[in-house]
Amino acid sequence: MWENIKEFASTFFVTGDPLIYGADVSIALTVVAIVFVLTKYKKWGWLWREWLTTVDHKRIGIMYLIASLLMLFRGGVDAILMRLQLAFPNVEFLHSDHYNAIFTTHGTIMILFMAMPMMFGLFNMVVPLQLGARDVAYPFLNAVSFWLFMLGAMLFNLSFVIGGSPDAGWLSYPPLSENDFSPGPGQNFWIWGIQISGIGSLATGINFIVTILKMRAPGMKLMKMPLFSWSVLSSCIMIIFAFPILTVTLALLFLDRFAGAHFFTMDGGGNPMMYLNLIWMWGHPEVYIVVVPAFGIFSEVVATFSKKTVFGYKSMVAALMTIAIASFFTWAHHFFTMGTSASVIAFFAISTMVIAIPTGVKVFNWLFTMFRGRISFKQPMLWTIAFIPCFLVGGATGVMLAVAPADYQYHNSYFLIAHFHQVLIGGVVFGYLAGIYYWWPKLFGFKLDEKLGKWGFWFWNIGFYVCFMPQYALGFMGMTRRYYTYGWDRGWADLNLISTVGAFLMGIGFIFQVWQIVYSIKRGERDTTGDPWNGRTLEWSIPSPAPFYNFAVVPEVKEADDWWHTKQAMANGTYKKEPVHLEPIHMPKNSGIPFIMSCFWFLVGFGFTFGWVWMAVIGFIGVALSMWARSFQYDTDYYVPVDEVRSTEASLGRVV
Amino acid sequence: MNKLGTIVSFSVANEEGVEEMNRAKTFRQMGFWLMAIIASVLLSGCGSDYVVLNPKGPVAETQYNLIMISVILCAIIIIPVLALTAFIVYRYRDTKDNKAPYKPDWAHSTTLEVIWWGIPVIIIAILGYFTVRDTYALKESPNQAVKPMTIQVTSLNWKWMFTYPEQNIATVNYLEIPAGVPVQFQLSADGPMNSFWVPELGGQIYAMSGMATELYLQADKPGEFYGRGANFTGEGFAHMEFKVEAKPQEEFDKWVQQVKNTTPVMTKEDYEELRKPGLTDKKTYSAFPEGLFEEIVMKHSHGHDMDYVMKKPMPATGQESGNKTDEASSTETHHHNH
Repeated sequence: MWENIKEFASTFFVTGDPLIYGADVSIALTVVAIVFVLTKYKKWGWLWREWLTTVDHKRIGIMYLIASLLMLFRGGVDAILMRLQLAFPNVEFLHSDHYNAIFTTHGTIMILFMAMPMMFGLFNMVVPLQLGARDVAYPFLNAVSFWLFMLGAMLFNLSFVIGGSPDAGWLSYPPLSENDFSPGPGQNFWIWGIQISGIGSLATGINFIVTILKMRAPGMKLMKMPLFSWSVLSSCIMIIFAFPILTVTLALLFLDRFAGAHFFTMDGGGNPMMYLNLIWMWGHPEVYIVVVPAFGIFSEVVATFSKKTVFGYKSMVAALMTIAIASFFTWAHHFFTMGTSASVIAFFAISTMVIAIPTGVKVFNWLFTMFRGRISFKQPMLWTIAFIPCFLVGGATGVMLAVAPADYQYHNSYFLIAHFHQVLIGGVVFGYLAGIYYWWPKLFGFKLDEKLGKWGFWFWNIGFYVCFMPQYALGFMGMTRRYYTYGWDRGWADLNLISTVGAFLMGIGFIFQVWQIVYSIKRGERDTTGDPWNGRTLEWSIPSPAPFYNFAVVPEVKEADDWWHTKQAMANGTYKKEPVHLEPIHMPKNSGIPFIMSCFWFLVGFGFTFGWVWMAVIGFIGVALSMWARSFQYDTDYYVPVDEVRSTEASLGRVV
Repeated sequence: MNKLGTIVSFSVANEEGVEEMNRAKTFRQMGFWLMAIIASVLLSGCGSDYVVLNPKGPVAETQYNLIMISVILCAIIIIPVLALTAFIVYRYRDTKDNKAPYKPDWAHSTTLEVIWWGIPVIIIAILGYFTVRDTYALKESPNQAVKPMTIQVTSLNWKWMFTYPEQNIATVNYLEIPAGVPVQFQLSADGPMNSFWVPELGGQIYAMSGMATELYLQADKPGEFYGRGANFTGEGFAHMEFKVEAKPQEEFDKWVQQVKNTTPVMTKEDYEELRKPGLTDKKTYSAFPEGLFEEIVMKHSHGHDMDYVMKKPMPATGQESGNKTDEASSTETHHHNH
């Protein structure tokens, strides 16, 4: 008996590496600490009522934000470990297996469990406020999306200490990711972690499309809608077309592994190239899904901090929509080197270059928003200004990569690595950070400290260039991605060391930001006006932090940048104050079902990961029961009485 | 070398664009050191280590030219825009004594918008022309005057096997080729997908199970080049490097003869041994099982017709490129292919 348990434990738990034992200990200590604090301060009920069951889009946004920052930490540690291993030739710090697992989890986490939730966090924090809505279209579904993401992410991260991490690359190309070459639970963790959170992403896409199309304040025509909301619409359109492809592809790969199917295997009639096509039909739109909302953020930030209307609004909208469509016609540029006919290659080369056109137009429009404006260098604007040169260069190397015959020389080299980190860090991360700094006061009621933020900013920026510029050069030197080691003979040593230094600088930048958040919670400048940046759109017309029902009175929108025009009218005395008529506010009730159902999904994933069908069946039954329970729940909403609205507004310093 | 100089100026201008706005001295110093480091590293390293930028054959040359064309076309847009960014950010900063015009409601200009929808369209059209031209060109042998030689490449876990159907010899983890002769590589894998890359001779093409892809390379002069696997195949992937030695034709022929005389024959069992996951040293064989490569391809191609799987007919069944004068070698190939 004891022997059996020992044997099970030795395969179930990941063993043998001091790094992993260290992680085990720190995870155990963190869990103990959390449980202790919650118990000691009697916070379990609070946690359940206020957070685990909430359907408030702002709280869901905050939870997305916290989760994504934790994942940024984990993905960042992965990056640091990789850079340590590559700092010098022939380093014996990580073994091949371990290194392979780390780059796999780094990529997967950064895209799917860091960028995606940070993006959804921003959607949730901002879109309803910008539209003058009181919540998203489907608040319950919104909570389901979040918890599916969260439990999917937990399942994926569990692979670090239980069962073994996936190690076939962040997109797990078969046949390498099939049973023949990757036996064991690692790849299953990858499939199910992404699968579960991916269903949540799809639901979020639907939710925000409906919110944007149906929940805008009266008078807000689509062409008067703020550009961030436009970018969310563009992103969500891509989500609803791209994510089903991902779901199906992962399901097919799982059938290969679990049921002995032969969709992508080498033998039995399978075709691995079919997987490459499918995964990139999702994967290419995916990178636009995450970058387009960043474009929206820049549009808001540039206008606000230049004190000027955004330039070429119609062009901006046209560009966003063009990108949404064109992004579905470029997927094959991820494997130009497949050796297919010249006509196919030429088509995808041109279609890829074409995407640069609307993107370039947006850059010009941002520049000319600043032109003849008055630019103040607050944190959101700093990140935006840093983004422009970074993204220009990243975009240019993207165009270079689109030149298919030249791509044969860049493909899978560090040139490619440098390119996509430049657009993903310079575009997505800088953009989301700009957005977080910008909307932080609206969510939390205080600003993040400028001084610490600037330290973080400069460490990030300088670190970025030190880390990734040498990688372009390494690409020209023929260094291939996913090498866990290299020799002295190729001349790669110096540049790799510099790159590692840069990674550490970015890590220091991140530490400054964490410090900044902690410091600002106590000492940050309080926002008493609700409009700390002299904003232009509706979210700045309400108090900070926004009350749970958002708007005491739903605003009537007359033009684009309505709040800006209202303020101008107030300033020159032409503003006529309408008599306020408060009405009871219709709000959704909290529900524990999203959390419980997602836990059952976790069981499904965990069961299938280890091939324990009984556990998966229990999970599926739980999911079905949760849905059944929900469909017979009729008491799902309530009205906030006028008195409560009045007293809440008064406590936030507003008289209505 | 100015090719890298362009990249340096990207990053330099970059830093300047960001920097204009911050007048804190410390940051400026940090920026300066950063630029100094990047510039010195990139400029100092323009030697032969930059394999992609030191083409040693016509295919790599074509690709090098394309890289340069694309760098120049991108620079035409990027450098002025970076300068414009720096200028705008500096000129329109929000200070009390800033005399620059302020027009908070100026938000549209048809002329300007036509210009910046137009400029990228023109640049992309030019770049697109060169891209399409060379995409088609690289499908053909780079040297129509000389009949290409065929080498079959198989990616195994984790070693490269090269079979020479015309010479009926085989090597593992190293290649010898005649200089000045185009080589038609036929690529496949008996394991995870890999990518065959010899940067100094030209770009890579995937080696995939159940398919034979094709890549032409040529070394103009004798020399040694490093090749590698460029698509991750698992644990031993980082060790899938190989040396390519280009020799004058006579020396190459001499080498073939020497291999024939002094090395063992590869048997089916030897191949099965090679297939097993693991690393091996260089190996040389004076012969290999007849039709081995075709068998490897067909094994995973699930009954697809040979002509479908191997896009180009084998030399013996109809030679497209090159001339048909060399009857003897054609017959020999025929022998090995069927």
